[in-house]
Amino acid sequence: MKELILILISASVVNNVVLSQFLGLCPFLGVSKKVNTALGMGGAVIFVITISSAITSTIYKFILEPNKLDYLQTIVFILVIAALVQLVEMFLKKSSPSLYNSLGVYLPLITTNCAVLGVALKNVQSGYSILESTVCGFGTAAGFTIAIVILAGIRERTEHNDIPESFKGTPIVLITAGLMAIAFFGFSGLI
Amino acid sequence: MSVINERLKNGIIKENPTFVLMLGMCPTLAVTTSAINGLGMGLTTTAVLACSNMLISMLRKVIPDKVRIPAYIVIVASLVTVVQLLLQGYVPSLYDSLGIYIPLIVVNCIILGRAESYASKNPVIASLFDGIGMGLGFTVGLTSIGIFREFLGNGTIFGKVIYTASKGNGIAPVSIFVLAPGAFFVLAMLTAIQNKLKMPSATNASSDGAACGGKCSGCTSTTCIAKNAVKEAE
Repeated sequence: MKELILILISASVVNNVVLSQFLGLCPFLGVSKKVNTALGMGGAVIFVITISSAITSTIYKFILEPNKLDYLQTIVFILVIAALVQLVEMFLKKSSPSLYNSLGVYLPLITTNCAVLGVALKNVQSGYSILESTVCGFGTAAGFTIAIVILAGIRERTEHNDIPESFKGTPIVLITAGLMAIAFFGFSGLI
Repeated sequence: MSVINERLKNGIIKENPTFVLMLGMCPTLAVTTSAINGLGMGLTTTAVLACSNMLISMLRKVIPDKVRIPAYIVIVASLVTVVQLLLQGYVPSLYDSLGIYIPLIVVNCIILGRAESYASKNPVIASLFDGIGMGLGFTVGLTSIGIFREFLGNGTIFGKVIYTASKGNGIAPVSIFVLAPGAFFVLAMLTAIQNKLKMPSATNASSDGAACGGKCSGCTSTTCIAKNAVKEAE
């Protein structure tokens, strides 16, 4: 139990996926204009990454590893993830239209989110069990959500601030992200 | 011959993936802690990009239009696996320092972007040189950002000491530039300078501040459709 909590904290805040590992930057910068959209994106990411890390680590443990096919992991994982996102989208559309309406638009965006593949590969590299991988996936996605919601909150506040002309748009967002990364260094003493 | 020159020039200068198209931001920020890492990552991506462009261009009449994206992904993933095993065997130091970012070349949007927007429509030789040009452009981008960060953050260039705090009246390197926040600051300054000089770049072409900007030629079509859907939903 203690192990799992440590993995969760380490994946979500200490080694934050966006701010210290630079995975999933495109949605982080692209979908962080409003808190609501950021929350939707975060929800979809938590959903997909948790499921995909459970499935990819199961496949690795029961199919790839026993057959000594672990060099195929990149190919297998990317295909599984792409198919999974499609499947989740179709499943949600049929079974839970309200959840689909709130997450739907963001789901296709996630296929190209490198954090999903990144987590799957990281789980294998660190030799996590299936349960540990799922917790790590959930923690990583929660860390992504925390980061994107905070960034969206800051962007909403600073939208009408007097920013130097050449820093308007992307540069100021990047500087905000840099300052957030400094703040997240504070968590490194936690573990 | 002219098409080869034109493609190389296009990739390195006119449509430089790092400075102009702003694609592949994740590796750009993550591996540029030193010039040598940037160079290694750039060359690895160049190899994958050149081979994938060539293969996809050869197969462009065989692959059915409906399943082209999964087919491209399988081709790219196989090539990345090959490159990964080669690096592990022959350049283990680079393999260790790039780590997880080597398999992540699969999801680098430059590669799928070039496959979709160029290699699927053009002959083999032109596609090959388009891949080499784009890859070299990416290499130039990564290496120069790497040199910049290593110089400011560590006082070295390609591992050669330029200045240190200990030598008499030396200046201490600003170590934050080789850490995570420094990557954001360097990229912020770069885009700000581009805005100031009104240089052609994805960041000042559109005002919505997205990393992919308005140049949708780069990303896979689903992303753009979804992005527009998000915009409409707002």
